This record gives sequence, structure tokens and C-alpha cells, in this order.
Amino acid sequence: MKNDFKDSIEKAVNNANLTGALGKFSEAYKVNRARAYEGIDFEALRTVIAERKGYAATHLDQMSADFTRNAEAAGARVFCTSDPEKVKEYILKVARDNNVRTVVKSKSMATEEIHLNSYLEKAGISVGETDLGEWIIQLAGQTPSHMVMPAIHMTKEEVSELFSKEIDQRLTTDIPQLVEVARRELRSKFLAADMGISGGNLAVAETGSIVLVTNEGNARMVTTLPKIHIALVGIEKFVEKFSDIVPILDALPRSATAQLLTSYVSIITGPSPNTDGSTKELHIILMDNRRSKMAADPKFKQALQCIRCGSCLNVCPVFRLVGGHVFGKIYTGGIGTILTAWFDELKKSEEIQGLCIQCGNCKEICPGKIDIPELILEIRRRLVEKEGLPILQKAIYSVVNNRRLFHGMLRAASIAGRPFTSGKFLRHLPLFLADLTDGRSLPAIAAEPFRDRFQKIKQPKCSEKAAFYAGCLIDFAYPEMGEALVKILNRAGIEVVFPEEQTCCGAPARYSGAYEVAARNAADNINALLSKEVQYVVSACPTCTVALAHEFSSTFESLGQSEWLPRAKELAGKTVDFSTLVKKLVDDGRLTLKEGQQLGRITYHDSCHLKRTLQVAAEPRQLLSRAGYELAEMFECDMCCGMGGSYSIKLPEISAPILQRKLQNIKNSGAQVVAMDCPGCVMQIRGGMDQDGAAISVRHSVELLAEQLENPRG
Amino acid sequence: MYEQFKSRAEGVGSELHRFSSRGEALNFISSFLQQEGTRNTPGAYAVWAPGRFLTGVDTARLSAEIPGLSFTVNRETAADSLIGVSDMDWALADTGSLVADQTAVEQRLTSTLPAIHIAIIGTDRILADKAAVFTKITPATSRYIAFITGPSRTADIERVLTIGVHGPKRLVIVLVDEMEGVAP
Repeated sequence: MKNDFKDSIEKAVNNANLTGALGKFSEAYKVNRARAYEGIDFEALRTVIAERKGYAATHLDQMSADFTRNAEAAGARVFCTSDPEKVKEYILKVARDNNVRTVVKSKSMATEEIHLNSYLEKAGISVGETDLGEWIIQLAGQTPSHMVMPAIHMTKEEVSELFSKEIDQRLTTDIPQLVEVARRELRSKFLAADMGISGGNLAVAETGSIVLVTNEGNARMVTTLPKIHIALVGIEKFVEKFSDIVPILDALPRSATAQLLTSYVSIITGPSPNTDGSTKELHIILMDNRRSKMAADPKFKQALQCIRCGSCLNVCPVFRLVGGHVFGKIYTGGIGTILTAWFDELKKSEEIQGLCIQCGNCKEICPGKIDIPELILEIRRRLVEKEGLPILQKAIYSVVNNRRLFHGMLRAASIAGRPFTSGKFLRHLPLFLADLTDGRSLPAIAAEPFRDRFQKIKQPKCSEKAAFYAGCLIDFAYPEMGEALVKILNRAGIEVVFPEEQTCCGAPARYSGAYEVAARNAADNINALLSKEVQYVVSACPTCTVALAHEFSSTFESLGQSEWLPRAKELAGKTVDFSTLVKKLVDDGRLTLKEGQQLGRITYHDSCHLKRTLQVAAEPRQLLSRAGYELAEMFECDMCCGMGGSYSIKLPEISAPILQRKLQNIKNSGAQVVAMDCPGCVMQIRGGMDQDGAAISVRHSVELLAEQLENPRG
Repeated sequence: MYEQFKSRAEGVGSELHRFSSRGEALNFISSFLQQEGTRNTPGAYAVWAPGRFLTGVDTARLSAEIPGLSFTVNRETAADSLIGVSDMDWALADTGSLVADQTAVEQRLTSTLPAIHIAIIGTDRILADKAAVFTKITPATSRYIAFITGPSRTADIERVLTIGVHGPKRLVIVLVDEMEGVAP
């Protein structure tokens, strides 16, 4: 990562105005969005949207042809081009042919994408943005920081300053007064403009209609007052049928601004009359600009299902810290990273893609059902394929790919690290042999890894067997978690086996785009874990569980190594996370927790992979409650803790404030214990709590439950 | 459905008035215009676009009675109006929205430029939701279909909801139960 990019992150996270505004907004957004969707089956709705948008995206030529024919039959002039330069030339030509001197615009990301304003301004045409947010950033000479709320990064003081300069009059920071100034100033521009330029939220092939969704009413004026209207529409905005508008209008305002519907929706089909009785000149430009290439890519075609609601930005723990000027170019946040990689070029997304912590929040709420984190990983993979790994990472992964060497180095580290150990923590854990940073203490490498301790555990002989997949953290940093797991399963009559050849799950490599390394790890683990006859493969690390249950297959598929798929699927079928298995054992009456315990208040932190990929959230809570803990939910219990594997090493300046927010929420819950199911989260949160000094113990559920087992009868 | 429409429309800041007959509704609108200070001065005009409600209504008498009220809607009169009055075609219970074919430019001018928009609609035109209205409207005949849900709004400065940025600052919905009765 380049230094100036690091600097821009540093500046953003230290900008209290920015992080304050974005933070407050994202907290309110979650609540308001949920309220807006009350009574609506979101899964069903987004399935329809994904299907309808997906259909259009895979039939772009037909959509273009139908749209053009129908819009032209209604009297519009349609111009299709793949080239942004041709778009600008066309608009300038229409302007010149009609002696246009002033243009008013309603919000259009496509015009931002091609830098239309500066092009027209250079040609001597005055261009006025009329969306309030767009006008503010136009006056400030900036680019939008958010797709829906372009000026969300600015304070009322800054806006007042800009407006005061613009109208040459000292203004207060009273927001209604500032809005009134905008109304007055822009009203005269609307009435005087020779041409209106809009975007389009949707383009309907079967009718040739464009749909504009706004709140301010500016799009109604842009399309009504000037005699010429040009709509610039990216071809990802197509839907096939007029009725397809309905599900998208159901979702777009709810997801974008938590409204049931925006103040205005306009469906424009062909030119309508002008105010002087003449007929409007309506031009619709259908712009490709690499969208059809994206549609032809088997992985990325789903990105065209985006309805541009911006909700992936609103729920992103990283976006709310750094904003769109760091996290994005023209298009921002998660989807912005993907669009930048395509509409601009892959290389341009190199830095911003690294900001994604892979928490999965955006995937869960995307109304287009786009797997944004997966697509960002795919960008990472392609970047690594094209540009190669940085030398340090290459060295690290060559070690990780050699189990003996890797484990040997971890063992060596436990000795080397010992002099620096303070209590249970040491400052520099050479996990993945990288430098770690301040803000949290890190665990010492265990003097004796789980794989050695395991040999000494006396287990009953049982016919039912489970293979334990420890993962690096439990094996080498938290072996006691592994021992707790063995104790619990033994009590339920399950004998645990530990295949020695198991190694790193490959998640760190995969999340860095090093898929070849991840595939080697996957193959080694498949060989190790399928070598024993077992009913289950159980893990107490959700990241590892996800690797075993989902990602091995996906990594092999990405690399075309389909010969591994049957065994990867066999392993996936046996894999289960700790809490799900234990919940089942308790429900089946095979495991009993002590009755009538009163263990005090506990709060539960949902780990990203457990909650959103494995969809496990109720099980650990039910188990802990049953054991006698009183559950006190924290605010944003399922928000990422900032660990993200090696993310916390690469981007400590972002990881640290995410952790601080988590610690605060834990403390505010009033619980004495915070439980979680992920050793990575334990490492992050326990380390943070240690430095914070709060008397709250940070535990893995497996440890807490092992303490509360009823003694066996008889 | 009326109750749901009312609560949703008021929820987004619309003002709602229901009358059993056109006569009562007309009385309300007349006194509303005068109360709001409609007069024969630029900036204080009122414009009223053609529509179902006006069928058989003596508009000449009305404009004589109410200073500043005009039934000739154009760019200039609309831009200088405080109040615009127009009919809407449908109302949607689930979002509190109004829907109209606004191909005729008078319809757009009256509902866009003035600070107050009075929207008239028959109570019998309330539909359940968007899906229902999409079976009633068609772009084959309507070039400009408009959905209006509450007054113009923005939250572009510090996410603070502010009403009335470009379009109307007030949306006054006049519901009439008996739209077909004798002209008032």
C-alpha cells in the first residue's frame, strides 16, 4: 500500500466530523432500514430483483435493441455507445446545435463516471448541479463521497461557508436557511436553463421508459422546464418489463434512505410537451463503458444486479470510518470498488479493494443479492495473478505452504517470544511472521501447542468419532480451547481424533488473493481430515469452519482444479462448527449442563463468519443462557471487531478504531463476561480489553460451556 | 384502505382533508387559498390545472372571487404562484403516495413550482399498493407518469431532514368521496 494512501486513511479516521457524521448515520440507518422493511419478505423481494436484473444483464443486446425501438417509437432519440468520449461529444453536439449556454443537471453517477461537467465547462457551457448534495460538492470542487448522499462528509459550517461565498452574503449555519438559499439560487437556474441532463434509475426495454427516483423534486424540473432533456443511462439499468419497476421501487428507497418511497418517482416515455406548447427534444444515451464486458464475466456479471442504493456503504464498518473519498474513486464503498475495477481499470482498485475486511455485512443487505465480499476477493485474486504478491507476503506464504516448516517456526516463536511475555500477553506475536501494532496486547505463543497436549488427554473409547480441526490460533495460541472442546465432546460420548497433518486453513492466503497457496492448504487439509473414519469434522474457529465448509470448493473452482471438488464436498458435508454441534448434543439429551446456575450477565459478540456465512447466532446464546448466564445484548452485537485475520496487521489504523467501538459497546452492555465463538475475535477483543483495563473477561464459548458440564450420572 | 393511506401520507408530512362532496371540498380550497394569502401579486398567485374535479365548475366565477387565482397555467404564472392545485389519478395506501398521468405540462407545473401543492383525489381512487397501480397505468398513453409522496425533501446537509428544497414545501391532499355529483 502506498504511503499517500495510508496518509489519506490516517487523515480520514482522525477527522472527527467525518467519522462522527458517518458513524451516527450508519447507526441510525440500520434501525431505520429494518423499520422500512417491516412486513416485507426481503429475501423473496431480493430474489425477484436479482432474477429480473440478472435476466436483463445476460440479455443486454436484446434489451438495448428493444429499448431503442420502443423509445424511438415514442419519439425519443436514442444513442448507444460503449465509449465515454462519444457520450461527451454527442451531448456537446446537441448543445451546440441548439445554442445551449446553460445546463441544469439532476443527479447522475454516470455523468460523474465520465467527468461530463468539466468537459462541458471547457466547451464554454455552464453546468449547474441541482441535487443539493451535488451542488454542494460542485461548489467545493469535490467528487461525491457517497452514491446517494454525495456531500455526507461535509458539515453545515462548511456548507454555510461555500454558500456564503457563492451568493456573496454572510450566512448562518442554520440548515433550513441553507436549504432555502439553495432553493432560491437554483430556482432561477432551472427557469433559465436551455438543457436538462439527468441520469436514469431504470430503463424499461419493453416500453422505452426511463425511471427517475428523487426526493428533492429537482429531476421533475430538469425534465420539465428546459426544452431539451438528455438522459444518460448506463446499460446496467435495464429491466425487461414495465412491471419490473415495482420490485425495484419496493427496495430502492427502503435500502437507500429507509423510506417507503421517495417523494418523487417519474416514469418518462418519449418526449412530453414543453411549457411553450412545443414538443420536448428527448435524447437517451445508452452507455456501455465496459458494462457488457462485465456481463460476459461469469463471476462479475452479478454486479450488474446493483440498483445503486448505496446500502453496502451504509453498513460497512470501514466505510463509516474513512468515507468515500478514501474508500472509492467516483463509485464508493464495496460496490464502488467493484465498479472502479471495471469501469476504470483493475489496477485503479488495487488500494481500495484492500480496505474490505470481509465481514459480510453488505452481502446480507444487498437488494441485488450481490456477493460483494466474494467479488472483492476475486479482484484481489486477479490482481495477485497479474501483479504478483508483495515479496514479504510471498515469503510468508512459502512458509505457510510447508506445514513442517510453518509449525516449526511457530514452535520456535514460542521460545523466542517468551522473554517478552507479560502476563498472558506479548506485544509481538510472529503470527504469519509479520509486525503487529499497538492498540491491543497479543497472546503469547503457547509453550506447548494443542497438538502436543492432545497426546496426553485420556479419552474414553467411543464408537462415535469426531475429527477436531484446531486451526492455527487454537493449536498454537489457545490450546486450552481445544482441550475444552475435547472435554465437552467426550462427555457426550464422542471421541475426538486429531489428524496431525492438518495445517493452516488457507484463509489468510485466500483473503490476500493468493489462491494457489490457499489451494495447497486446502488439499493438505482434505487429505489429513478425510484420512480418518469420523462422523464429524468440528472446529471452534468460524473462519476455519467456513474455509472447510465453503471456501475449499470455491478456491478450487476459481483455479479450475475441479478434480478436488468431490473430496472438498465430502469434507464440507462433515464439517460443523462447535456451537451447532453442541446445541444438537444438548437437544438430543446427550449432554447436560448444570441446572439452576446463576452466573451473572454475559454479552455475546457475533463473529462475522459464524453469523453471516454459517448463519449461526441463536445456538451459542441458547447454550450460554441454559448454562446459567443472563444474556445482555450489546449494541451492534454482530458488527465486526476489526480483526479480519491479517487485516489488523495490514491496516491497524482502521482495525484499531473498529475495535475501540466494539469495546465500548461491550462495556455499555454492563456484562462482566463477553463470549464469542472465534479465537481470532478473542485475540482481538481480549487484547483490546487488556489494554483498556476494564474488568471484563473475554472468553470463547467453548471454555465457558466446558466449565458448566453436569457430572456424568452414576 | 383510507385509514392506512391517511396514516402513511401523514407519516411523510402530507396534510390530509376529507370531504363528502365536491362542494365541501371547493369551499375548503377557496378558504385555504385566501387564508394562505393568495392575491394578485407575483409570488402570491395560485394556479389550478384542468382536471376531473373542475368538471362543470364555474371557473370564471371562482377566479373573480379569489384574487390571484388563475386557471391559465403556464411557466410564468406557475413560477410566480404560491399555490398550485391539480387532480391526481390514484392514491396508494401502503406508501401514502399519489399517482397521476402528468403528460400535460400544466399538471407538472402546478405540482412542482409553487410552495404549496393542493392535490385533489377521489376517495374511490385509493389502491392497495404499487403493484395495483401498475395494472392501471401504462406508458403507451401516459408519457410522464408521476408518483408524489409527501412534500419535497432533502437530507443532504448533515443528514438533517429538511422539507421543501426544490419542489413544494407543503402537500395538501384533498380527498373527495363524491367526485361525480352535481357541480358545486
